[in-house]
Amino acid sequence: MNIFADVLGLTILFAVPLILVAMGGMCSERSGIVNIALEGIMVIGALISCIFLSMVNASGWGIAHPQSAVMLAILISAASGTIYAMFLAFASVNLKADQTIGGTALNMLAPAFAIVLSWALQGQGQTTIFIPNWVRITPQQFGVPADEALNFFERMFINKFFLTTPVAILLFAIITIVLYKTKFGLRLRACGEHPQAADSVGVSVYGMRYAGVALSGMLAGVGGLAFTLAVGGGFQSSVAGYGFLALAVMIFGNWKPLRIFGAAFLFAVFKVIAPMASSIPFLPTFSGIKGGEYLYLMLPYLVTMIVLAFTSKKSRAPKAEGIPYDKGSR
Amino acid sequence: MDKIKMFFKDFAKRLKHIYLSDKDRPSMIQNSLSSPGFSSLTASILSVVIGLLFGFFLLLILNPSKAGMGLQRILVTGISAPDKFAKVLYMSAPLIMVGLAVGFAFKTGLFNIGATGQYTIGAFFALFSAIVWGFPWYAAILAAMAGGALWGAIPGFFKAFFNVNEVITSIMFNWIGMFLVNLLCLNTPKIISDYWGGNIGNRTANLAVANPSAIIPKWGLDKLFDSNYMNIGVFIAVLIAICMFVILNKTTFGYELKACGYNRNASVYAGMNAKRSIILSMVISGALAGIGGGLYYLTGIGNYNIEKLLLAMGFNGIPVALLGGSNPLGIILSGIFISYIQVGGEALQPTFSKEIIDIIIAVIIYMSALSLLVKLTLEKLIRRRKKDKILHCCEAKEAKK
Repeated sequence: MNIFADVLGLTILFAVPLILVAMGGMCSERSGIVNIALEGIMVIGALISCIFLSMVNASGWGIAHPQSAVMLAILISAASGTIYAMFLAFASVNLKADQTIGGTALNMLAPAFAIVLSWALQGQGQTTIFIPNWVRITPQQFGVPADEALNFFERMFINKFFLTTPVAILLFAIITIVLYKTKFGLRLRACGEHPQAADSVGVSVYGMRYAGVALSGMLAGVGGLAFTLAVGGGFQSSVAGYGFLALAVMIFGNWKPLRIFGAAFLFAVFKVIAPMASSIPFLPTFSGIKGGEYLYLMLPYLVTMIVLAFTSKKSRAPKAEGIPYDKGSR
Repeated sequence: MDKIKMFFKDFAKRLKHIYLSDKDRPSMIQNSLSSPGFSSLTASILSVVIGLLFGFFLLLILNPSKAGMGLQRILVTGISAPDKFAKVLYMSAPLIMVGLAVGFAFKTGLFNIGATGQYTIGAFFALFSAIVWGFPWYAAILAAMAGGALWGAIPGFFKAFFNVNEVITSIMFNWIGMFLVNLLCLNTPKIISDYWGGNIGNRTANLAVANPSAIIPKWGLDKLFDSNYMNIGVFIAVLIAICMFVILNKTTFGYELKACGYNRNASVYAGMNAKRSIILSMVISGALAGIGGGLYYLTGIGNYNIEKLLLAMGFNGIPVALLGGSNPLGIILSGIFISYIQVGGEALQPTFSKEIIDIIIAVIIYMSALSLLVKLTLEKLIRRRKKDKILHCCEAKEAKK
């Protein structure tokens, strides 16, 4: 049974960044801006917060107050993601530039900037920013005695636990409520469906779109940190295509929070199976062919495609996404 | 060719109007600025200049004493020696091809973010047919084309029949393609380097050993440039780009593909088969990326490494296409330009990291997205100058009185 607890635990760990970033993409697209820059925003969020973590580690303050340092890192990743996303908002809202082009530029800039900055801070060729050990909340800190074996639920939830997980769940709930139960949320969604109509009743389309992109920057920034913590081993100027996967999860989730939640878990569980396959008893090991692990690595993508082929006849993107809002147009 | 000549003539005329003219016809100034060809070219050049200035600024911050040397390396390494220039051309062949792939899809209303997957599959088909079946180079490139087309057809098929956004399918099939190629390579002992006496188990065989006839011919260019990198690949890429230009702009077929991109419903109403057009657009786009993979790996220099990473070359097609304005002829220039500054960037190491070039390219693309702003500022500047002139005139007249 332990293996299942491990698989589920890892699934939660890897679903968290997907949920955060896909929700971010949703906020932006629901306001009418296609945010393809999620990947770049994740990198920036992870970069700045990891630099912060390694700095407080060096100063010794971090190890004395580990979880307040992590909380601060989360806030910093949110802030830096928001600021970075503003470049996209400025280009696509004020200047009515092509949103894909602006996003691609930001995606390209972020990892290059991360490498240049880590070289500048740590010396030539030093591209990995190491994350201190104290960021993880160990089972002992939850009050489990060190010599006692973990039971199923402990193994699943608190064996590898970071502060980002509860923060992500909280953010997910808040964003869902804000988007569907408040005046602000209704206005934001209206700007993604029919901005002219929203404008005619006095909603500031520009303001709402700025807010949408800002929310997506915040969520993607935190998502970047969550991903880096989940992978472990430090930040290496990349988030391994997770921003694009989140985009896929968002489309898969049909631009709706609960479906995004489900889609992220479906994707994460298949993603986690790949490295664990050899230790799960009933799964075939494909010992006859070389590199059988590649079959498992392909699995999450194949499953997503199959599910999409059956479900996406009904899929519907926000109507006005990708179209710059021009007050003069009809 | 006439078209290009016309363009340059036109361009010169417009420049004349702006700088030499002519108080009588101020409206001409605004006409020339609002013409799309002129302002997009000006905007592209301006964004390149701004990008390079930004890069220089960054170099100044990182290491003030060596910044001048750095900028010089970026700007002149590509033409400093014949073998460097050969490297620029060598790198530009696949860049132009993936740029064409992305640009062609853009023109037909699709965002092909899957160029890297199609490129990888193309490379595998080329290497497999060359090494295992002993194909000569031209047949291997055709195989690469077929592989890329196959991988491009899948997102097209999903979009046409299942209404799945092509972006998501392309992303998924990038990873599936890369893993599949790794799996197939591992299970084809003949394609791996150590079968041919090499000592590396996770790399494809050296073509010079396995099948020399599959190496793209050099036609003596290698001696001319004194570089092993030089071959006819870049000319093939340019030729294909010109073909794509003709197809997109001069044929009914190209018109139909573009029409479907602009408005699917309108094209269906006009009697076109939208599903067929979408799939064909993706097939052609994929084929172009596949040829890029073939051109790169059939040079006999690079070998495919079995790694769990997507190849960066396919993603570089996006900036190439954007900088070239998705126009095949523009893509030739932007492909060579990006390859040029990348070769310059390699010369930056180890004083600076070569990723500074990526930052410069990103800034250039961001600025080109802001072309509207650039255009407006230009117009404002010229209008202000005009106002000043009128004011001066008035003052002069009053002085006369």
